[in-house]
Amino acid sequence: MKSGRFWAWVVFVLGAAYFFIPLIATVEFSMRMRRGAYSFDAYQIVLGDPRFQATFMYSVIAAIFTIILGVLIVVPAAYWIRLRLPQLRPVVEFITLLPLVIPAIVIVFGYIRMYGSNSPLPFLGSDTGTNSLLVIGYATLALPYMYRAVDTGLRTIDVRTLTEAAQILGAGWGTIITRIILPNVLIAVLSGAFLTFAIVIGEFTMASLLNRPAFGPYLQNIGANRAYEPAALAIIAFVITWGCMSLIQILSRFAPRSSNRPN
Amino acid sequence: MTDLSLSDQAIAGKTAPPSEARAFRLPTQWLGVAPFFIFAVMFLILPTLYLMLGAFQNNDGEFTLENIAALAQPSIVAAYWISIKVSLASALIGAFAGLAIAIAIVRGGLPDWIRSATLTFSGVASNFAGVPLAFAFLATLGRLGLATVILNTVFGLNIYAHGFNILSFWGLTLTYVYFQIPLMVVIITPAIDGLKKEWGEAAATLGATTAQYWRMVVIPVIWPSFLGTVILLFANAFGAIATAYALTGSSLNIVPILLYAQIRGDVLHNPHLGYAIAFGMIVITGLANVFYIWFRTRSERWLK
Repeated sequence: MKSGRFWAWVVFVLGAAYFFIPLIATVEFSMRMRRGAYSFDAYQIVLGDPRFQATFMYSVIAAIFTIILGVLIVVPAAYWIRLRLPQLRPVVEFITLLPLVIPAIVIVFGYIRMYGSNSPLPFLGSDTGTNSLLVIGYATLALPYMYRAVDTGLRTIDVRTLTEAAQILGAGWGTIITRIILPNVLIAVLSGAFLTFAIVIGEFTMASLLNRPAFGPYLQNIGANRAYEPAALAIIAFVITWGCMSLIQILSRFAPRSSNRPN
Repeated sequence: MTDLSLSDQAIAGKTAPPSEARAFRLPTQWLGVAPFFIFAVMFLILPTLYLMLGAFQNNDGEFTLENIAALAQPSIVAAYWISIKVSLASALIGAFAGLAIAIAIVRGGLPDWIRSATLTFSGVASNFAGVPLAFAFLATLGRLGLATVILNTVFGLNIYAHGFNILSFWGLTLTYVYFQIPLMVVIITPAIDGLKKEWGEAAATLGATTAQYWRMVVIPVIWPSFLGTVILLFANAFGAIATAYALTGSSLNIVPILLYAQIRGDVLHNPHLGYAIAFGMIVITGLANVFYIWFRTRSERWLK
């Protein structure tokens, strides 16, 4: 058993080295901008760049719309499947896995060819349409994560009893979903939302191919033209991802553990 | 489109409360899932089908196999081949390293905080991909990267003189491993947690050595979910483009970058050849996922 613990430490230390050396190197590199001394110049330049602020805000807004769209699509479907149409579950689960099978670049390629300005649904004919198409594309990327988060949340509450109780008290479907179900799965929805945010904020492929002024293409552009700023941006991106994941962890502490009556 | 059907549902809910809805059972039954299915068909299934059908059509819309046959030209075959090699290598390295780390933190007798810290970090690192990851590795193993410089000045090892290049097969593989290992750790740790203590005790009672216990109990139980996850990692790397594009520009000819260039500027001078490349990607990741689901269902029997 003693040798087992020794090897466990070896594996852990090697793993930690592989994961921390690039982070340390990136921090170090990002501070090398001023000759002969460490400084935060690269961060100052990046954060002060108006294009950084504009593209970052664009991606934040796109992420918020993606989350809203994802919730509107996923919550009613997951609820309804649990309540009335359990036979559809395998179909829906299969569909939500598709974005893991079909690469993002293929999905967006399909959009470009199907929704061009000469097509019956010319999304790409206007700016608003293209922005919507980007949000829609992001929602498909986030679909597997959003669906799983919401479905796990629904599993921990007793959907049927809650619905019947609400119906007896005279609630309509709109009230049931917005005032009974959504608050009960809010923590699960928020977990899905932060994961969506982490995925969407630096996304490159879709934004670039749809020619949107998003954060991902901006990152790529800086990477191709600057020396120290990319390292600073990588650290900023890591901190954002880390923040999203910590929020999910904190939220999971408030989530209900199990259903009182599993159905 | 989706908003429209949602508001329909809200109106239907108001005019026909659930108890009176019996006469309209069929439509109301489907209204709740309608937005989901309309969305999935319009923005996931139809665009993909459109490309797949396009792969079998010529410019006049007639059926042809020419586009698929044209995939056999050397530059495209080379792109598929290097994509498959990078994806497979990063999936295998990531899987074995991730498995080792998962076993170490679950079974290795390490302090508890290491387990939770590793899992948290894995959650972050598996989502730290795309363009910023490329920046991090350029700062580490690029020509002026910290690791390159330290290896050169302290250990006298100039890795670039020995043929290493971050803009190469191994450079890209090493970078992909950064999100592959944590993904493996996140997926496989529950499987290792699922190994019941009783099995080890039962094996010991029957006189099995530690090696026998691992060979005849642990490996057969873990094997399906391990193999399944390898395939998932493969598909994960195969469709990725942002990291490779930011790292190498278009100097490393992998399939997603070739398709990206084709979408941007029809570099292959045949729009339907782009469809065929996309079709090829779907076939490869699709096959990978069929195997994944198959292995997954086999492993779930044991890990309940």
